[in-house]
Amino acid sequence: MIQVDGFTLLGLYEQMAVIRGTEKAAHDLFLAGLVKGTTHLAAGHEAVAVGASAALEPDDYVFATYRGHHHAMARGASPAECLAELMSKATGVCKAKGGSMHLTKASAGMLGSYAIVGAHLPIAAGAAWSAQLRGTSQVAVAFFGDGATNIGAFHEALNLASVWSLPVLFICENNLYMEYTPIASVTAADHPAADRAAGYRLPAEVIDGNDVVAVADAVSRAAARARAGDGPTVLEAETYRHFGHSRTDPASYRPEGELEEWLSRDPLDIARARLTELGVPEAEIEAAAQRAADTVASAVAEAKAADSADPAEALTDLWADGGHQWRT
Amino acid sequence: MADLITYRDAVAEGLAREMRRDPSVVCLGEDIGAAGGVFKTTVGLFAEFGPERVRDTPISEQAIVGMAMGAAMTGIRPVAEIMFSDFLACCWDYLANEIPKMRYMTGGQVTVPLVVRTANGGGLGFGAQHSQSVENWALAVPGLKIAAPSNPADVIGLLASAVRSDDPVVFFEHKGLFASRGETAPAGHLVPLGQAAIARPGTDVTVVALAATVPIALAAAAELESTGVKAEVIDLRCLVPLDMATVLESVGRTSRLLIVEENPYQGGWGGTVASIVADEGFELLDAPIRRVAAACVPLPFADALEDEVIPTTEKVVAALRTLLAY
Repeated sequence: MIQVDGFTLLGLYEQMAVIRGTEKAAHDLFLAGLVKGTTHLAAGHEAVAVGASAALEPDDYVFATYRGHHHAMARGASPAECLAELMSKATGVCKAKGGSMHLTKASAGMLGSYAIVGAHLPIAAGAAWSAQLRGTSQVAVAFFGDGATNIGAFHEALNLASVWSLPVLFICENNLYMEYTPIASVTAADHPAADRAAGYRLPAEVIDGNDVVAVADAVSRAAARARAGDGPTVLEAETYRHFGHSRTDPASYRPEGELEEWLSRDPLDIARARLTELGVPEAEIEAAAQRAADTVASAVAEAKAADSADPAEALTDLWADGGHQWRT
Repeated sequence: MADLITYRDAVAEGLAREMRRDPSVVCLGEDIGAAGGVFKTTVGLFAEFGPERVRDTPISEQAIVGMAMGAAMTGIRPVAEIMFSDFLACCWDYLANEIPKMRYMTGGQVTVPLVVRTANGGGLGFGAQHSQSVENWALAVPGLKIAAPSNPADVIGLLASAVRSDDPVVFFEHKGLFASRGETAPAGHLVPLGQAAIARPGTDVTVVALAATVPIALAAAAELESTGVKAEVIDLRCLVPLDMATVLESVGRTSRLLIVEENPYQGGWGGTVASIVADEGFELLDAPIRRVAAACVPLPFADALEDEVIPTTEKVVAALRTLLAY
């Protein structure tokens, strides 16, 4: 097991607290009419993003889904630029052209949030192929939901990544539900990602996706394997979303007691327990929680104060020359 | 006389020139390696550049185009082959939702410099699922550049521009032209994307064509010459960027426009060309704009039936006669 010291873990805890606070803020801003469209909040999934990020290098590539706020922030997008994106502000991380489902921070190796289920697994494999061709030690990581395991692109990506021994990690965030339907009711496998790996000669592990240390440990081993030229790994992180699928989903399909059971294994609480075990004083943990709350509060204020997106921007950025001209 | 080369050999030649020039150019697709491609359009590449840069893939169109996209986003210039253009439907998500939207929806953070090559079009009796002209599918998607050469030199010149483009390019090679011959291209030949060619100058009527309809339009123009008609044939070469300046300038001289396209009339690219001329060139016209396009049915198998559906020289001659008599 990876050794995470108290100081490092306190930093991871603070990152998770910032993500949790930002997701709650996004929820509140939506209810206040300041966020339009929809959101797919990742509250409950923080340990997957933060644990994985802790195990990756700055020049590695990350590809996420429409439930991707946590990955964008874990890789270095600021809460302010993420909230500004949701609030249609000019300072949004994608200039308010992407929105909640497409948060991207290319300069931090966060190469996109994709809202067509499963589409980004081949794309991540392609980035890994690029690293292999260029002879770098970079790895690419595709985070995806349990629902993506039944789409063709998942299977095409796992097969070819295995055959070409690509440095790519396939990390499933299994939160038990696709949108509203339980994954178990429509899938011929107990572990929808991990059980399929053997069919592609890939190693797989089912891990506790709510334990940031367990995630960091598994990802760091899988990344080392990929960097050594030994190919992809499938990780299935078991976790749970605290909100419904999207903004309009009250998640009334959940059986009684299920949410409470998962809340009792909240990734923030698990990290706190580990911090206490490591002898980190309660006051330091509280101070980290307070710093996280302050970060979120100032991000909300900054995003609110930012200028709205400039309508002229609607016709930029299509082509590499920055414009949108399609004819003479 | 300059050296002649087939259209199919021009594809391999164009790819080889770019791969020699730029080590980041790699090819991937089904049977493109030692087999040289089912249409023999990649012959010699595997021997010259090896299996690292000329990669055989499984029959996994989503993986082919999806991986090309990921590689293009991270410093490689991939050229992906989709064997028959009909199969683009198997990976259409990447061409409709992923590749063309990436740069825009990230606010310009990510560019996707790749080429998707594909064998397009009918006339060879391959039946409904291996014969369709689908260049209009790509035209329906903002964010894709579209090239469709009609002759070997343009294959080489447009392929060079496509590979060097920082924007994604869908490159339609016409199956019916693979065996045709033409002059090869000099070293360093580049045809800029979005620059139409006047394939035959004329004064009486403008015929706008693309890929395999260019030789059809040229044959029709030659046939009408004996009756004293001078038809101008424009080879669009690209649909995006669309060189409407050349079309409008020509219509300004001829005052009549016929569009010859192999994709179906229903949703075909000629509708876009016609709408722009109607909008911006209405006063240049002395007759209605006419289109010879494929009938709105799937491509049938038998030659006699296929000829009923796609443009032929006879149909173009008939349409020109009607248009000139207006």
